[in-house]
Amino acid sequence: MNALLEAVRLTKVYSNGTAANKRVDFSVRPGEIHGLVGENGAGKSTLMKVLYGEESPTTGSILLEGKPVSFSSSEDAIRAGIGMVHQHFMLVPSLSLAENLVLGKEPRRKGSRFFDLEKAVRITEELSARYNLKVHARARVVDVSVSMRQKLEILKTLYRGAHILILDEPTAVLTPQETDELFVELSELRKQGCTIIFISHKLGEVFRLCDRVSVMRDGRMIGTHDVGDVDSQTISNEMVGREVKLGVDKSPAQPGEAVLLARDLSFVDDFDIKMVDRVSFTLRRGEVLGVVGVDGNGQTELVQILAGLAKTLTGKVVVCGKDVTNASPGTIRKAGMAHVAEDRMTVGTALPASIMDNLIADRYAGKAFTGPGGFMRQDAMRQEARGIVERFDIRCSSELQSVGSLSGGNMQKVVVGREFTAEAELLVISQPTRGVDVGAIEFLHKRIIEMRDAGKAVLLVSSDLTEVMSLSDSLIVMSSGRIVAYFPDAAAVTDKELGLYMLGLKSQGEEEIRMVLHD
Amino acid sequence: MTSARKRGFFHSIGLYFTDRDKLEPAVITFFAVVFSILAGVALIFLVSKDPVTSTKNFLLGPVLRTYNFYYLMIAMVPITFTGLALCIVYQAKYLSLIADSSFYMGAVIATAIGIYLPLPKGLHPAVAMVVAGLGGGFIGLLPAILKIKWRANELVSSLMLNYVFYFFGSFIILYFLRDRNQSILASLPFRPTFALTKLVPNTQLHTGFIVAAVAVVLVSLFIYRTKWGFEIRLSGANPRFATYAGLSVSGIALYAHFISGFIAGVGGAVEMSGLYRAFIWQMDPSYAWDGVIVAMLARKNPKFVPLSAFFLAYLRVGADFMSRRGDVAFEFITFLQGLIILILASDRLVNSFRARRLRSDALKSEALARKAAEVLE
Repeated sequence: MNALLEAVRLTKVYSNGTAANKRVDFSVRPGEIHGLVGENGAGKSTLMKVLYGEESPTTGSILLEGKPVSFSSSEDAIRAGIGMVHQHFMLVPSLSLAENLVLGKEPRRKGSRFFDLEKAVRITEELSARYNLKVHARARVVDVSVSMRQKLEILKTLYRGAHILILDEPTAVLTPQETDELFVELSELRKQGCTIIFISHKLGEVFRLCDRVSVMRDGRMIGTHDVGDVDSQTISNEMVGREVKLGVDKSPAQPGEAVLLARDLSFVDDFDIKMVDRVSFTLRRGEVLGVVGVDGNGQTELVQILAGLAKTLTGKVVVCGKDVTNASPGTIRKAGMAHVAEDRMTVGTALPASIMDNLIADRYAGKAFTGPGGFMRQDAMRQEARGIVERFDIRCSSELQSVGSLSGGNMQKVVVGREFTAEAELLVISQPTRGVDVGAIEFLHKRIIEMRDAGKAVLLVSSDLTEVMSLSDSLIVMSSGRIVAYFPDAAAVTDKELGLYMLGLKSQGEEEIRMVLHD
Repeated sequence: MTSARKRGFFHSIGLYFTDRDKLEPAVITFFAVVFSILAGVALIFLVSKDPVTSTKNFLLGPVLRTYNFYYLMIAMVPITFTGLALCIVYQAKYLSLIADSSFYMGAVIATAIGIYLPLPKGLHPAVAMVVAGLGGGFIGLLPAILKIKWRANELVSSLMLNYVFYFFGSFIILYFLRDRNQSILASLPFRPTFALTKLVPNTQLHTGFIVAAVAVVLVSLFIYRTKWGFEIRLSGANPRFATYAGLSVSGIALYAHFISGFIAGVGGAVEMSGLYRAFIWQMDPSYAWDGVIVAMLARKNPKFVPLSAFFLAYLRVGADFMSRRGDVAFEFITFLQGLIILILASDRLVNSFRARRLRSDALKSEALARKAAEVLE
């Protein structure tokens, strides 16, 4: 069958140097619902933005019905019949649904330049009936539910003549019931001849809805399958797998006393979705506790609560015997926690500042670095920075170089170098090797095991399943904000089994999960 | 020890030429300076009947006449203070222009002290500077508090507050300090003990110049050598990182603004005691705007403030000299200032250099990785 829309060897490099798409081939057939899956940061959204004309490709081309096209803006894409519904809606909250629908292409009263509200309402109601997407045309956007806003977004693209719809994680903001409803409506749209690209990282949804599915990982297209020919295990392997498997040598863990007590933590995001749902666990000295789960199932928020960057609604956090529930990051660090942040570019480092400043950012106020009168000891700072640069093999021309000029791997070594030398008893490590080259990965893994052997307690969160499984002594699995499984011995569990828990297809009993409390 | 320091110094100079993150902005600053001078000359040739003399007066005026050079040095003083004040605010990544109010109110406070406080010579202006500094500091805090408490944009709130304080200051002068025997609007005369001594006899150059020089040294040390400066720089470089590393970002913003306002307030007092015998400003001198140019030219590094203040004062004095001796109006300086700001503010220029470099690097490493993968297969 001929492709309707195609991306050929498409590469997109953002102006900050991130290669988000690497020679991606992607094709959509007319009249299908095509699932696009992959983890956060795999390059799905970038690919869609390029197809929708919001970003221009660095190299490669886009074919529409076999003919090469180049969109200089999303307007061009809309004219060519491509519409996109973003994850974050683009609506004017204070206007009615009908007004939002026609915005940019408003009906006018006959013989005048004035806007015809009645006609807009009529158009909205007609479209709504035709595509069976129920909306209240006269209500204001602020007053209607999230799912109705989403329907309006879809209608908006249809009103502008789109027959190829791109939906960027449409179910992320919906309840299960609303999701079911949306799927019925999308199937109906397919019947009427629309082609839909459906982005998600929830496999179950893709299997229920889509005809074909493409998997992206790390900016590359891994493969495209007919949904009937493939099982969820294959897809999840493709999503989280890594070509280079790394073995880690480590002795059995010797857990000591508890260092971190997390009890009954909850977090609700801006869309009123429970991201962390009554999570409790205990972390002991000398053990690596891995947290696994598909990205977006509450791991990020859990770590932010522990690190003082988000507030928990319930429960408490105790670090080294000190209650630090909802305390500031500074207080929590003083209690004995170090934290390798998930996002090294925006949180883990200050890019314009020097390597030295970054390395001593958590300890500059100590007596070793600040002398009388608040003057800092330059020599001590240099020495500390040089020591860490050497120990953690940070490749740079000088410790005064800005962190922003380093490669991703070396940037991560700056973060890890600081946090691992912080003399903390508890290390919370999030995505230690995301986007890091293979050589640096091995190095970082060794350091993590070293910290464990030195008697620190390590909480390891990573979306790289192989990594968590090889480094951790025990594992917890998170799905939809909850701990759904605890494995006291990480070596005794297979990735297949973990996948079932991660995708929410299986869950352990209350008793088994409670074992992670160790009390 | 000393040799190690020296190596460090040369090393950091070397970094300017090898670290492109530092080199690119420096190149752009250089272009801004050269380009603005060239544009100024071009403009003179466009409008003047005797462009050669006018150009000579503009470019060499400040050094041809000794009194012009003293005038230049005097002109450097207030913009050095406001330039330093804005450097501190910029280092903390705030865009507040409240330094204008701090400077103006500093001058008003100094006026009151200059008129009423009986103090010995030497101590009198010093006390005025400290009190004016404190007043300027508290005024400097306001936009930061508004920003932290209610997320009010500090640029907007500071610009609005500048009106409030300008009229408040005028009100104080008019109702409490005015000399009713004068026909023009002026305050009562200062006590003679209030005047700063002249650095060079028979010129206007006063010891305030020394005070400004000391301020440059102190602020440089503060920003680059103390714990508080470190905190300001770090939270300005990335506030999310600073929070994550355990710094109290809002507390830091507060004392950064207080110190910035303090410097500006001292500047106002220095200007009063150095140049005037009474408060005679009929309108707000708006030195904070000159401070913006100075701080931007210095790339928010207090060490370079004297250089950029010198450059700006040079342009001013040159333009003034030229306008008095030729047919080009002094206002042409505003055109040059606008041009400088435009070039410096166009971050996109720097970013486009950087983006091009990063993109080609990324494509190169991607091609390498692909080749490696092919070899492995």
